[in-house]
Formats: sequence, structure tokens, C-alpha cells
Amino acid sequence: MKRSSAKSKSPPAGLTTVVVLRLYVAGGAPNSMQAIANLESICAQYLKGGHKLEVVDVLEDPRRAMAEGVLVTPSLTKLSPQPVAQVVGNLSDKKRVLLALGLKPDVA
Amino acid sequence: MRWGTDRLPHTRIIDAHGSIRARGRRRVLQKGRPKIGTKGTLARPLSKLLTGIRGFDQLSDGGFPRYRTSLLVGGPGAGKTVFALQCLVNAAKQHRGAGIFVAFEESSNQIIANSATFDWGLASLVAKKLFLMDAHLSPTLVKTGDFDLAGMLAMLAAKAQEIDAQWIVFDGIDVLLTLLQDPVAEMRELYRLRDWLADSALTAIVTAKSEGRSSEVAHYGFLEFMVDCVVRLDRRQEDRVSVQTVRITKYRGSSFAAAEFPFSFGPSGIQVGAVNPADIRNKASTERLSAGFEQLDVMLGGGVFSGSSTLITGVPGTSKTTLAGKFIEAACRRGERALFVSFDESAEQIMRNLSSVGIQLKTYVKSGLLRMYSVRTEGFSAEEHLLKISSLIREEPPRCMVIDPLTAIAKSGTLGAARTVANRLIYSIKDEQITLMVTALSETDGPGGEATDLQISTIADTWIHLSYLVRSGERNRALTIVKSRGTSHSNQVRELVLSNSGPSLSDVYTAGGEVLMGTLRWEKEAEESAKQLRQRAEFNHKRRELEFAAASTRARIASLKTDLERQRAELTFYSGEDDDHTASSTRRAGELRRRRGGDPAEAPVKKSGNGAVK
Repeated sequence: MKRSSAKSKSPPAGLTTVVVLRLYVAGGAPNSMQAIANLESICAQYLKGGHKLEVVDVLEDPRRAMAEGVLVTPSLTKLSPQPVAQVVGNLSDKKRVLLALGLKPDVA
Repeated sequence: MRWGTDRLPHTRIIDAHGSIRARGRRRVLQKGRPKIGTKGTLARPLSKLLTGIRGFDQLSDGGFPRYRTSLLVGGPGAGKTVFALQCLVNAAKQHRGAGIFVAFEESSNQIIANSATFDWGLASLVAKKLFLMDAHLSPTLVKTGDFDLAGMLAMLAAKAQEIDAQWIVFDGIDVLLTLLQDPVAEMRELYRLRDWLADSALTAIVTAKSEGRSSEVAHYGFLEFMVDCVVRLDRRQEDRVSVQTVRITKYRGSSFAAAEFPFSFGPSGIQVGAVNPADIRNKASTERLSAGFEQLDVMLGGGVFSGSSTLITGVPGTSKTTLAGKFIEAACRRGERALFVSFDESAEQIMRNLSSVGIQLKTYVKSGLLRMYSVRTEGFSAEEHLLKISSLIREEPPRCMVIDPLTAIAKSGTLGAARTVANRLIYSIKDEQITLMVTALSETDGPGGEATDLQISTIADTWIHLSYLVRSGERNRALTIVKSRGTSHSNQVRELVLSNSGPSLSDVYTAGGEVLMGTLRWEKEAEESAKQLRQRAEFNHKRRELEFAAASTRARIASLKTDLERQRAELTFYSGEDDDHTASSTRRAGELRRRRGGDPAEAPVKKSGNGAVK
């Protein structure tokens, strides 16, 4: 099962960049649950411009995760816009997450 | 047993921590283990998995514990990655099972490139029997908050099932754990790993760095506690030579050799110089092989025993190498595979030098019968030489071999190490039933100089000593057989003469209690032959004289005989005339009387004179 809660909001007029994110989690592990919550909160707060988020459960689909080079969970990959960026951990530090994703906290 | 082989896949339970509960494991394990106490063998409560690493399987008494976790600890460059990877490669190559290698320090490509120095063919194995997981974290990776290994372990479990893995290696797990930056989290993940490994049917090797010389794993005391076997790899400098050692410091439920063993990197990876069994089990052959040339064989009572070891000692220049070369040439002539190991002298040079005394090895090298191996001693430890020579023997087992000179291994490193190596080398060669001839340099000539630094004379079966005898401005080589086990041998000191046609032994002259050699011997020989000539001439002369004397005597005898004949004849003549004379006188007297007509012819006539009667 893919918990792809792909919350794609249609971008408002004038903004074309849709942030595509993929979060790898390990079932109901505490860190993974925290990461989902943290990421949802970041998206709600800073990615109003629209984003796609796919949540992959490594326990459900380990082969895919391995093929995509996941090592530890939780792990977040920004696929678009370029460059691709990767963040590991439960995403508790919002500022670091945003910086790593190449998004300024103010980008709206 | 493997995941899913004894239980249907749907019965797998994947918990929140990514571990797979294979409930059937214990039952299957019982099946796989030999029953304790059967067949009168020692109880073996623990099943083991061979590593295929030469030497290590012996000292660990069978390899790593099966279905358990072992820890490899060592400083940087100690060989942890190679050791762990080699276990997997061996298992994959010998079709004993697939393996997963999780690399936290290096990328898969780096590992494949680094292992190209070994004959593993890792790149081709990777496709089928060996899965390299690139767990090398990218430097651009950002970490925010806590993470765990649950996902990774789930992925590995899936992969292990997919390729039916037997082994798993976590190489440099400390690199990953350090990223957690939290001792509590590190401990938590180690527990998670331990639980996962305990539930998996994998035999695991975890490697971790130790800091400095203490060889304590940094911060990971628990790591040592959680595993069943701990192996320490160490690299240090000993007398300017790098020495690598391996030591088992813990092995639950198993006996092991606890001493420190040297190891080195050979063409097939790590080789551990493990102990030879304490009992010596050499077969004693009664077959004799030529020691090189007939005269020497005669001195040795028919040659050296097959599978024996011969030591040739001598100061520089006493033609130790020549004797060894002659031995090898004789072996090649018989069509036997031979190995010539030379230290600090190139094979080409040795062949050229030997060809000057009529020993031609080139053709045998070309035909592949003879293998020449030359190596420098500087900078290599004796151990490395031993392992190299052992691997050469394994590659192409020779029937006869030469090490020239064995004493060279003591040049680098400590003498103690070189001694044990020399002993082990000779014993291991004897175990292989190879007839060995080693040369050893003795630094001092004369009595007591025969012994070598390496103290190998006691284990050699035959000991030939070469020395110089210097007298009247000359240096001559002398050959003595100091000992030859199990055979009657000559006690004579012989002169070793080198010529274009090879070495030969000359009888020595003893004159006035002294041994004569070289020119002195030649002089003596010349003198002897001159004396013989003279004697012969004298004899001839004498004989001729006697013949002459005999002839003259015979001549005299002949002439005397003639005289005798004549005298006899004369005698006969005279006695005959007397009768005639008497007769005629009588006749004459009768006639006279008759003519005178006087007296009757009765009166006897005197014999005297002309018969005139007075």
C-alpha cells in the first residue's frame, strides 16, 4: 500500500513551481510518524504555492525503496525543482528542512 | 534455512521495526546441528560457517558462528573490509551461499575497484551471488532530527529473501551511527540491529573501527557484548616492517586459538599464518632422489630422501646456489615440477650464473616445469614471504624446491619472527611431501660458524656444510656432510670443484695430518704421478738389467756346454786311440818278431813308447 496522500493543491495563478516531494517512512515507527506530521505542517505553512507529496512505506515496498537509494528512515527527497535534495531524520528542525530543500522560509 | 523456504511468505510477520519474525527458525536450527555426543566426537554446541580464509578457519576451529553475529574490530587499514568481503566472496564462489554487503564507508564502485587487486572477480559476482548495498551517505545529505534503521533493515530482509542470502556484512556501521549524534539513539539502533539479526537466519559480520592502539571500539562497548565472536585486526610497525595480526578475543561456546596470528594480503585476499598442528605427521618416504650429481649422491648413501629437507650452509661464495641449482636441474631432468625461490637475486641472474657452470635451467622455465620466483627482502616481513611462498606452492605444487637463501627472510623485521617463519615454512613444505633444499648463509667460517641465525639446522634432515680452506695463498671449497638422518653418509671432507660441466667432488689428499686441496692437491697429484713414472722407469731398467744378466748367463751356459761337449769328445777320442795304439803295437811287435824270425811271439810286449825292446 502506498500511503500516497498526494496532497496536490492547484497552484495559484502566477506561480508555476510545484515542489515534488517523496517521504520514505518505516510503517508506524515513531520517527516516521513524527516526520509525516512535521512535513505536513511545513507544507501547510510554507508550500502554499502547491506541492506533491508521496509517502512511501519502506516496509511495504522495500524493493522500490532500495532501488531508489533509501538508506535510513525517515528520509525525504525533493525531486523537483532541481537540484534533487535529500534530508534524513524526523524533520523536527523546520528551518533546516527548508534550507535543505532549497526553499526560503518566506517563499509563498 | 532461509526466509520463506520453510514457511509460506504470507506467514511472515513484519513488525513496526522492520524485523521479520521467522518462527520456524529454531526448529530448523535443531535439525542442522549435529547431535551432541554422537559418533564419539567432541560436543559441538555451535554450528559454524567456514569463511574460506586460509588459516582463519583453523584458528577459529571452523569459521564464524552460524546464524550469529561476529564483530571485526581494527584500526584504519587493518583489513576489516577485505576480511569481511572475502568471506562473502569465498561463499559465493564456492557456491556455499549468497551474501549481502552493506557498505557504510565506501560506495559499491569503490569497493569493486579496490578489490580488483585480488583475484575475486567481484564485478561478475555482484550480479548473482553478492549484493553490494551502497549505504554510503552522501555528503550533501542533511540531517534534521532523529532517524532509525527500521527501513533499511526491512529492505535488507527483502533482499536477503530475494537472493537467498546466507551472509550479511555491515561494514563500518559506526559511520552511520555517529550521524545520530545521540548515544541513546545509537544504543537503540544497535539493539534494533541485534534483534533483527537474531531473528534473521543470516550469519552476520559487523565491522567497526577501533581508536589507536588500545583496540577498544570507540563508544561501542555494547557492540562487543551483543556479538558472539570478536576478531581483532591490527597493523603495527615492528622493526620498520609492517606487521598485520589477527586475534580472536571472544567466541561464545567455542574453543579458539587465542594467540595473535600474523596475516598478510595475498593475491586471493587475506591469508592468516595459522599455527601448524602440534603433532608432526610427515610420511617418511624411503625413496631416494638425486641431490644433484652422482658423487654427492654416493656421499649421501644414494641421494636425499623424497620429501626430506636439506640444509646447505656456508659463507658467501661457497657455491651454495650452485649446489641448489644442480639439485633443481636434476629434478627437472627427471621431469618433476620444481620451484626455485630466490631472495635478493633475480631469476635471470641466477640462471645466467648457473649456466656458467653447466647448469641450464632456461629450457625448463620455458617448458613450465620450473618456476623461478625472485623477491626482494627489504621492507617485507618474514610472514609475508611465508604466505607468498605458501600460495606459490598451492598454485602449482612442486615435487622439489629450493629456497636460496632462507636466511634472507631475517633481514627485515625481528629475528624471533623470522625464526618461527623459517620453522613453519620448512614444516609446511614437509607436510606437502616436497623435497626441499634450502641454503643458509653463515656469517663466520670455521667451527661454530656452521650454525645459522635461524636455528633451522635442527629441523633439516640433511645438512651439507660448505667451507673454504685457505692454505698457501689459495682458497678452496670443501664439502662436508654434517648430518643426514636415516642414512649412512660419508664422513670425508671433499673438495668441491666447479667446472664448465658442473660441480664435482675431488678426493682430498691428507699429508702429515693435513688436508690438501687446490694447487697443493694438484702438486701432490703431479708429484705422485712423477714418482710413479720414475718408479716404473726404474723398474723397467732393473728388469732389463736382469734380463740381460739372465741372457748372458744363458750364453755362458751355452758356451760352457760346448766346451763340455768338446772335452767329452776329446776324451772319447783319446781313450779310443789308446786301444788302437795297443792293438797296433801288439801287431807291430808280432810283425817285427816275425820278420826277425827269432823269438816266438809269446812274450808280452811292453806298452811303452815305440815298442822297442831293450
